[in-house]
Amino acid sequence: MMKFISALMNALPGACAQGLIWGIMAIGVYITYKVLDLADLTVDGTMATGGAVCIMMMSSGHSVGVSLLVAFAAGMLAGLVTGIFHTVMGIPAILAGILSQLGLYSINLRIMDGKANQAMAFGKYDQLVSLRWVRDVPFYQNTNFVVALFVLVIIAALYWFFGTELGCSIRATGSNEQMSRAQGINTNVTKVLGLMLSNGIVALSSGLLAQYQGFADVNAGRGAIVIGLAAVIIGQVIFGKISKNFSFKLLSVVLGAIIYWMVYQAVISAGMDANDMKLISALVVAVFLAVPYLKGRYFTKPVKRGGVANA
Amino acid sequence: MLKVNNIWKTFNVGTVNEKTALQGLTLELKEGDFVTVIGGNGAGKSTMLNAVAGVWPVDEGNIFIDGVDVTKLPEHKRAAYLGRVFQDPMTGTAANMQIQENLALASRRGTFRFLKSGITKAEREMYHEKLKVLDLGLEERMTSKVGLLSGGQRQALTLLMATLKKPKLLLLDEHTAALDPKTAAKVLDATDRIVGRDNLTTLMITHNMKDAIAHGNRLIMMYEGNIIFDVSGEEKKKLKVADLLAKFEQVSGGEFANDRMMLT
Repeated sequence: MMKFISALMNALPGACAQGLIWGIMAIGVYITYKVLDLADLTVDGTMATGGAVCIMMMSSGHSVGVSLLVAFAAGMLAGLVTGIFHTVMGIPAILAGILSQLGLYSINLRIMDGKANQAMAFGKYDQLVSLRWVRDVPFYQNTNFVVALFVLVIIAALYWFFGTELGCSIRATGSNEQMSRAQGINTNVTKVLGLMLSNGIVALSSGLLAQYQGFADVNAGRGAIVIGLAAVIIGQVIFGKISKNFSFKLLSVVLGAIIYWMVYQAVISAGMDANDMKLISALVVAVFLAVPYLKGRYFTKPVKRGGVANA
Repeated sequence: MLKVNNIWKTFNVGTVNEKTALQGLTLELKEGDFVTVIGGNGAGKSTMLNAVAGVWPVDEGNIFIDGVDVTKLPEHKRAAYLGRVFQDPMTGTAANMQIQENLALASRRGTFRFLKSGITKAEREMYHEKLKVLDLGLEERMTSKVGLLSGGQRQALTLLMATLKKPKLLLLDEHTAALDPKTAAKVLDATDRIVGRDNLTTLMITHNMKDAIAHGNRLIMMYEGNIIFDVSGEEKKKLKVADLLAKFEQVSGGEFANDRMMLT
């Protein structure tokens, strides 16, 4: 027991950092899954693309800022492709995402010079985050602090954006497409923009994660959507009652991701095989996704006429 | 204001469900016309409204709004000219957005949306005043999610949204059919007030013949994708429900007896 606790205490700062980085990714998932009401599986590809772009660029001498920016742009491009598949070509959103994701596998390998894994030497480049910087470094260098800053800036930017006319029209599209068109919103454009923004953020998170780990991996995104959804759902279940404001909702998503990785770390420290975690994640998400349906099916309470908000 | 010229629309072409819903429909509305539309199920009433709104392209014919040929314009572009209220109260509003946000979306109909604020302080004050007109107390709940409102409140709000920015043409697709009689009367009353105040050109579908006679300055009856009866002015005022029933009987050869219009 003592061994478990000390192992866990040692691992927690790292788990928190990982949770923060994945929290950014989960914000991306929130934009498609909750705001736009689309399940976008592109992220399983973009969660590797961002890291690939970032590591390759930094290794060839580009600054970390430029590298992250290009990673963000690469993610947006992937979202654009999914958006075109979905809106212009009429492919169902889930399938459009799967197609992009599969295509991205080849593209990611191309970005990484055909190698499935590309490492970046520690200390040689101006990286922002690293798993070696989660303790015993000045606070401003601590990865938890740096990523927390990223999280705050991203939440602030999104809070502003979704309050603009364009942001409102994206939210309206997710809430009621027919109404949006009747109010003059080109719902194809708003969907594509939402997908681009979401995948850009996911790729940015991927770029940070690759720096943190010190390598880019072509399989880094496998199951990413499930982790992202887990974070969204955990955040909603635990903080849903108190977080009515949009920025708090985004924050609760990030907290959900941190809780996910803390629990993950605890389970690993308790001796569980890391390879089984994907199965457990999938089952946990399945159960939580089923909750609203089962509630409605078996535990209906009379509700006010006119329905309830499902935000 | 509206000119519908010989439009045709067939659904499910080449299948057993093939149905020609509009068969060379032609209709012209003058500015300020308030036209009520009646007809049995499948007569093409909603199809006509959807054709005007651009939900899908028509097979043949042209549609002009205020002299502009909108036949080829997609739905979101035509929205600049139109205000619409639907039969289903869920359809016209965004449930998980606030009342004031819904109004702000409507007030930007037909404008280019970019990075300006989605709702300003001045707007909030204006919406507060506008909501008072509905007399439902919604002005005190402007930050409530629309999903919390009743069907009648949502229809009234949709009506306000449709007319917030004066439309060239107001399309009401049985907007009171899903409401209880008392609420329906309230929403109809608000409709009359707003249409009268702004002198809006209006097409209102209804299943209720009494309403069709009592409201508007012109009445059209549809049957099998065309207009079979068109009265206005004094002649319309003198109409009785029995006259309309007789008219229906005549064109449909007794088939009408099974229609749900009998009930109203």
